[in-house]
Amino acid sequence: MKWETVIGLEVHTQLATRSKIFSGSSTAFGAAPNTQASAVDIALPGVLPVLNKGAVECAIKFGLAIGATLNRVNVFDRKNYFYPDLPKGYQISQLAKPIVEGGALTILVDGEEITVNLTRAHMEEDAGKSLHEDFHGMTGIDLNRAGTPLLEIVSEPEMRSSAEAVAYARALHTLVTWIGICDGNMQEGSFRVDANVSVRPVGQAEFGTRREIKNLNSFKFLQQAIDYEVRWQIETLEDGGRIEQATVLFDPDTGETRMMRSKEDAHDYRYFPDPDLLPVKLDEEWVEAVRAALPELPAAMQARFQRDYGVSPYDAGVLTGSRALADYFETVAKTCGQGKLAANWVMGELSATLNKAELDIAQSPVPAARLGALITRIQDGTLSGKLAKQVFEGLWEGAGEVDAIIEARGLKQLSDSGELETIIDEVLAANPKSVEEFRSGKEKAFNALVGQVMKASRGKANPAQVNELLKRKLG
Amino acid sequence: MSDTSLSALAAQLAAKQISSRELAQQYLDRIAALNPSINAFITVDAHKTLAEAADADALIAAGKAGPLTGVPIAHKDIFCTHGWLTTCGSKMLHNFVAPYDAHVIQRFKAAGMPSLGKTNMDEFAMGSSNETSYFGAVRNPWNTGYVPGGSSGGAAACVAARMAPAATGTDTGGSIRQPAALCGITGLKPTYGLVSRFGMIAFASSLDQAGPMAPSAKDCALLLNVMTGFDPNDSTSLERQKEDYTRDLDKPLTGLRVGLPREFFAEGLNNEVAAAVEAAVAELKRLGATTVEISLANSGLAIPVYYVLAPAEASSNLSRFDGVRYGYRAPEYATLDDMYCKTRAQGFGAEVRRRIMIGAYVLSHGYYDAYYLQAQKIRRLIADDFSEAFEACDIILGPTAPGTAFRLGEKSDDPVEMYLNDLYTIPANLAGLPGMSLPCGFDSSGLPIGLQLVGNYFSEAKMLNVAHQFQRATDWHARAPEGLR
Amino acid sequence: MSQALTQDDVKRIARLARIEIDDAQAQATQAQLNAIFDLIATMQAVNTDGIAPMAHAQEVYQRLRDDDVTETDRHAAFQSVAPAVENGLYLVPKVIE
Repeated sequence: MKWETVIGLEVHTQLATRSKIFSGSSTAFGAAPNTQASAVDIALPGVLPVLNKGAVECAIKFGLAIGATLNRVNVFDRKNYFYPDLPKGYQISQLAKPIVEGGALTILVDGEEITVNLTRAHMEEDAGKSLHEDFHGMTGIDLNRAGTPLLEIVSEPEMRSSAEAVAYARALHTLVTWIGICDGNMQEGSFRVDANVSVRPVGQAEFGTRREIKNLNSFKFLQQAIDYEVRWQIETLEDGGRIEQATVLFDPDTGETRMMRSKEDAHDYRYFPDPDLLPVKLDEEWVEAVRAALPELPAAMQARFQRDYGVSPYDAGVLTGSRALADYFETVAKTCGQGKLAANWVMGELSATLNKAELDIAQSPVPAARLGALITRIQDGTLSGKLAKQVFEGLWEGAGEVDAIIEARGLKQLSDSGELETIIDEVLAANPKSVEEFRSGKEKAFNALVGQVMKASRGKANPAQVNELLKRKLG
Repeated sequence: MSDTSLSALAAQLAAKQISSRELAQQYLDRIAALNPSINAFITVDAHKTLAEAADADALIAAGKAGPLTGVPIAHKDIFCTHGWLTTCGSKMLHNFVAPYDAHVIQRFKAAGMPSLGKTNMDEFAMGSSNETSYFGAVRNPWNTGYVPGGSSGGAAACVAARMAPAATGTDTGGSIRQPAALCGITGLKPTYGLVSRFGMIAFASSLDQAGPMAPSAKDCALLLNVMTGFDPNDSTSLERQKEDYTRDLDKPLTGLRVGLPREFFAEGLNNEVAAAVEAAVAELKRLGATTVEISLANSGLAIPVYYVLAPAEASSNLSRFDGVRYGYRAPEYATLDDMYCKTRAQGFGAEVRRRIMIGAYVLSHGYYDAYYLQAQKIRRLIADDFSEAFEACDIILGPTAPGTAFRLGEKSDDPVEMYLNDLYTIPANLAGLPGMSLPCGFDSSGLPIGLQLVGNYFSEAKMLNVAHQFQRATDWHARAPEGLR
Repeated sequence: MSQALTQDDVKRIARLARIEIDDAQAQATQAQLNAIFDLIATMQAVNTDGIAPMAHAQEVYQRLRDDDVTETDRHAAFQSVAPAVENGLYLVPKVIE
């Protein structure tokens, strides 16, 4: 039987606010346990929540960025359950009236554009952390993270492979960091993915029973977990078993998923509107001000890069992988006026060198304007490709401006035709055999002669000029 | 102490006839003498009280005194008070020393009013008799075989017994007004949102409201001036211009339209209470008021609605008491889950456990619409009845409670019988309206009878005006129980 | 809807509320809760079609706080009233995931 995979993702993005969603505690990562847990965060008797405007603004930005409906009046609910990292015994979330509904994200998978629709995005507070290392057989609770603002972004079950799921998750990651609502740090838990996975026979209309893989904190694990889960579900069904709705965890060490709780253990969360918080109203003026301040979004920028700089759809996608990369590329392209060449350098030499050094684009020792200047010198014939790489090394080392490096290191291409002619004459004199072969019709011999000339010029000869002069002299 | 009204005490302090320390000591002495028989206080700390009084004396000496600086007050043990044991009447918090001050406490501190201690209450404010307190029942100063009402029973009893010149209370379904009625004092529950709930341990967040309890309406007006005001830490606190609640006290009542809800004088009302309330109506007419019969057609649904909404909110509000961060933790348990279940079974009393379970049920899967949502809809019908009524009248009048104080233990085994005590007080909480109770007589056993006034939103000054004029013409509020030992 | 609560219902909600309850208590509680739900049942017959639920006493919207850090570290004071603490962490019986 042929099976079809159905995937929907729920992504918890930590919003990049200074303070928590309902208290004035810092959200900074890595503080000593419970030093950033205020009276409100630890739920002392009598304390009350007050909503952080910054968190709401992040949610508005997101809603606008995905073309969603912003619910002008949205409501916070309480989700009730007991867990030691949940101090109030309920999580403040949004169920019936979330701030964001609908919207879509376009992704590129194997050269094909796919639109993934979003169901909703709602604001909620994060829980604390349980530390399971042994305290005399006890668990330690750190509430520093409790109350950190989250935007939970829920997609429709529209993805059909792990590749699509990863592409969607990456696009979402790019977007939330692009618009500055999330730092995107997956190691620190700023972007956590839950995947709802089911399979069904191809052609069947109803969905299969889904299992939810919780808390995936890298794209690699997302891919592995889904691939394992899909294989497991298909095998189970083909062996005559059935899938029970469940929540599972992915173990990166074994590469397997394992059951956390079944549907029977599912919580009865007893949601109801939080009486301590009033309905949140988004007035038009605010929404429009946020809209006006939004940066150009990745999709719009991709289209513009293709149009203005003639780059391919694929390259446009890569170059808009982050706002920093896109800005870098655009500065390079504008400086040199050569879009395609700029794209090649940014995605080629620069990316490779950054990768090797484990740096990201924002940390590049080569400023975009200098890379642009370098490309200008290729374009005007001052540098060959090979020389340009040497100049790039100089830029990387911080040796100064492009022209200064060319000058100081004597990397200028030979463009004085007199000097070049002398070299060519010497090469022709020293290689009579090759000259003979060329004249008898062997094209290959010509290339050998070009090579000899380049060698004799120590790489500084302009290959086009060498070709032209050689042809004339042999012709 | 002859005239112990707040204005008289403030005048004596201002004239340096008595110091705040001396005044506080007098009350501490009376508490020491009477509390063993009344049990109105859970915590008394003379050292702290006198230190606060000394601070007040310093303010007075420096000429920085406010209208009530130096006058002591007792606080319901529902308000977190920095450095004081704050129990909410529960074993769950029997050892909880609050690390911060409730907004109300901050306001009284800023006003220079020393705290006489923390008053007893029904556990987590759930009760109408003060018998659910982990710290034992409070006794009614008029007859110690009787309950003082609840949940602010300790507050009402300490004021009635003149162990404090005034006290703070909270009212979710009648918890200021009903004990005020049963103890023969004056108590006011303000419009929801006028007094910050920050630091007030939550029972039912959308209904809870703090207010003053004192012998007279004038005292309550002075206290309300201290208690009310915007607090950015409470999202439901209203941003309003500060009012002087004493401003209308002396206005004549000529032309006042008093609404008498048919439903508040129907079956279930004790005859002696009905007679006293009718006499009070006659008195107001003599003072220039007119009466009009009104209907609050859905008020009969107030109790069922309340016993869905309040437990629902409470079940969630009380989930934080889990033995992890503060308060009681069961001494023995096997697992985390066992720790939760034992801690909560042992830490909460029977009534609190019952209400948590009601709340969990009405919110649980499959029951939400039939119970919770339905109750919220009827809540609106009840509020709409009031809006309509206030087109025909300026103030609504009726009994505070269907009867006078009952014997200790009389209703404690029958929750439903107990709940019916709040028949007339709950509607104002559901609508968020201000309500007050003032003494209007005594029954044949010598137990006080309470008259309830319900005003439109933000009409506290008018209610206090009506109450003050009534109290100028009567002396029910000035009577105190005699022979207390 | 107002059929009486069973023993199992009582145990289920006690479990939801994390309140230990034995059979004898469940039985007593069942009777009391049923009396209360009889009282509540009078509300359920009311026709409330088209009535908007009332969640708050005032028709006002949520006030928003500026995104500023205003709290300082007070964990020592807060943990002085905690049942079990070590190295700044609240201790609970082992959580099994």
